[in-house]
Amino acid sequence: MEPLGTFEIIARVFWQFTSVWIALIILFAVSVAFKRRLGLYGKLFDSPIGMVGFALVMFWVFTGIFGAMELIVTHDPLAQISGMKNKVPGTPVPGSEEGIYAYYLLGGDNLARDVFSRMVTGAWVVVQIAPLATLFAFMVGITLGLPAGYFGGRLDTLLSFLSNLILAFPVILLFYLLVTPEIVATGMPNYMAAVLFVFPIVFLGVLLNSRYYTQPNFRTPLLVAVLGVAIWLYLSLISTGGAFVDAGTYRIPGLPKLVDLFDVPGGVLVVFVSVVFVNSPTVFRIVRGLTLDIKTRDYVAAAQTRGEGAWYIMLWEILPNARGPLIVDFCLRIGYTTILLGTLGFFGLGLPPESPDWGSTINEGRKLLSIYLHPALPPALALLSLVLGLNLLADGLREESLRD
Amino acid sequence: MGLFILRRVGVMLLTALCLTFVVFFMTNLYPNLEKLAKTQGNQRMSDEQVEAWLENRGYNDPLLIKYGRWLGVVPGFVNTMEDGQVLGSCVRPGVEPEDTPSFCGILQGDWGYSTRFKDEVGGIVAKRLGNTGYLMMWVMILMVPTALMVGVLAGMREGTKLDRSLSTFSIITTATPEYVSGVIFIAVFTSSAVGLKWFKGTATQAMENPTFENFFLPVLTIALYGMGYIARMTRASMTEVMTAQYIRTARLKGVSFPNIVMKHALRNALIAPFTVIMLQFPWLLNGVVIVETLFNYKGFGWILVEAAGNNDIQLLLAVSVVSVFVVLVTQLISDIGYVYLNPRIRIS
Repeated sequence: MEPLGTFEIIARVFWQFTSVWIALIILFAVSVAFKRRLGLYGKLFDSPIGMVGFALVMFWVFTGIFGAMELIVTHDPLAQISGMKNKVPGTPVPGSEEGIYAYYLLGGDNLARDVFSRMVTGAWVVVQIAPLATLFAFMVGITLGLPAGYFGGRLDTLLSFLSNLILAFPVILLFYLLVTPEIVATGMPNYMAAVLFVFPIVFLGVLLNSRYYTQPNFRTPLLVAVLGVAIWLYLSLISTGGAFVDAGTYRIPGLPKLVDLFDVPGGVLVVFVSVVFVNSPTVFRIVRGLTLDIKTRDYVAAAQTRGEGAWYIMLWEILPNARGPLIVDFCLRIGYTTILLGTLGFFGLGLPPESPDWGSTINEGRKLLSIYLHPALPPALALLSLVLGLNLLADGLREESLRD
Repeated sequence: MGLFILRRVGVMLLTALCLTFVVFFMTNLYPNLEKLAKTQGNQRMSDEQVEAWLENRGYNDPLLIKYGRWLGVVPGFVNTMEDGQVLGSCVRPGVEPEDTPSFCGILQGDWGYSTRFKDEVGGIVAKRLGNTGYLMMWVMILMVPTALMVGVLAGMREGTKLDRSLSTFSIITTATPEYVSGVIFIAVFTSSAVGLKWFKGTATQAMENPTFENFFLPVLTIALYGMGYIARMTRASMTEVMTAQYIRTARLKGVSFPNIVMKHALRNALIAPFTVIMLQFPWLLNGVVIVETLFNYKGFGWILVEAAGNNDIQLLLAVSVVSVFVVLVTQLISDIGYVYLNPRIRIS
């Protein structure tokens, strides 16, 4: 078979993304149609910058999801086909049988794997980890930042010192210390996970309790249900294979395998934990600053006069009024987390070496960059466009939220 | 002011102490020590041999004592083996046992001995820091004026085409981490596949003989990522100043637009970016590690990677001390400079 021409490659790649285009068109059509009723999200569709950013972000989100459902990928991202090593884009797969896609659309990499499929699968890694890790970092930052700003005093001094301590660490040094197989063997990521993942539970508990504690009949069942699910998820998250820490020399039992909902592989857990750890001090500082500003407002004074509890004021008076900057920062921070994940992959830390995530792929591709461009460029451009989309989205949101 | 600086220095020392202790703790975890023993001894050591190797060199002592040795407040470890060989934390090759000092720590000015490079840590760090300092100097020379110019040009007339395109440019640069822009630059400008070959893809020669050809790409790669952020801050601060009352007064008086920008707006608009530029240093440090790996330039970032990869405890500690001080000193300078530039703020 003849290799494909440039035009044909573009057309075929475009065709592979059909499901993504359809999903994007539906999403945009629905959102634009109902934009007046959708609050801040709807207003996003008034700003062209925000719309472009949102389209870029959703493109990669849909790519990640549909890629994981095997709608887009043409080959197994880990499978090697002999004779395809470093082949240029559009090379036909030799002796292709029925059921195997006949071309490597974006060429083959150094180990004769399909670059296109790896890029698409890499999107799934990012879409899974980055938003969730950012969300956790926000939970930690909010749970600690609100009281630090609201109460001030010693608590504030201590927490600020700790956050400055983490911020003074160069991120890469921290990663090199934290994300190594040796550290994973000590069980340290599990301890950190156990500490960091408590914060969302505390956050949820305090949030609901402070709102409904005047109605015990409603509050108690609600808290039991919500916290029950949260604690179950928490235990499933931190325990793997029936143990909380399994360091070889000792073992701390965790949730039994039977009720363990999911297992997180050690490599992914340590990446997740360290990304949350690196991000939360910055969120803490932002939340603390916003709290210091907002607590001087009249409505906070009114709530204090009414005799509302401190946590009610923090979570139901201050936090909702700080949402604008926080939402904007959330978008930016997902982008930053994506960059951090790429950095980890670039240095070969954490994720297994054959992992299709963008950072690892760029790292592998750069070694032969002077001869073959195609293995390194697609993941690099993918990462660039996703982070760019998140930045544009944040810009659009900022503009629209400042308008009212 | 004096008291303020004194307090900040105190906090700085405390921070450095805490951080080095954290690094010390993590590098002294048993799996890390085992890795060190195996890379220094040999890969096929049995568990008992590893244990003995660590015991003989004092690695199995309590953590606080080891940390005290590194600081220089506890006497160094000395162990005379049966065959007369002296092992210890202060022992250096080529120094007679009688001449070995009993204390060797930071307080004595001794940064330790690198197990990876078989050399004094102080010397290695100084040499590599020189390389990186040279790189950073050019990054600053390229980054700061360009970023300020982009920011001021974009901010002086908000909403114009110039503003839009410059803002887009700065958003794109902030969204491009060094390992992406570096890879794209290498692909476009150095590879034989594209065929431009304007620059060299490695900066190895730049350590002895930096030229435009082998040094520009690393500098550009680091500078671009930081540039966007500074430019956006400058733009924000410039647009704010341009809407101020005194600018309107100046316009109504009939002062020409270039004069307003240069003489009235610029000074006030540059206060905020100054802080941002100072706070960029810690970020640049990350960029340095990535770019030095990508372009094979053996500087500070390179020894960080080498030290961490080989669990070279004392080198890693020195690296973290240096980087922490860079971060904290720039924070201090930015605070002091902010007060100096903006007389409305007084430190109580």
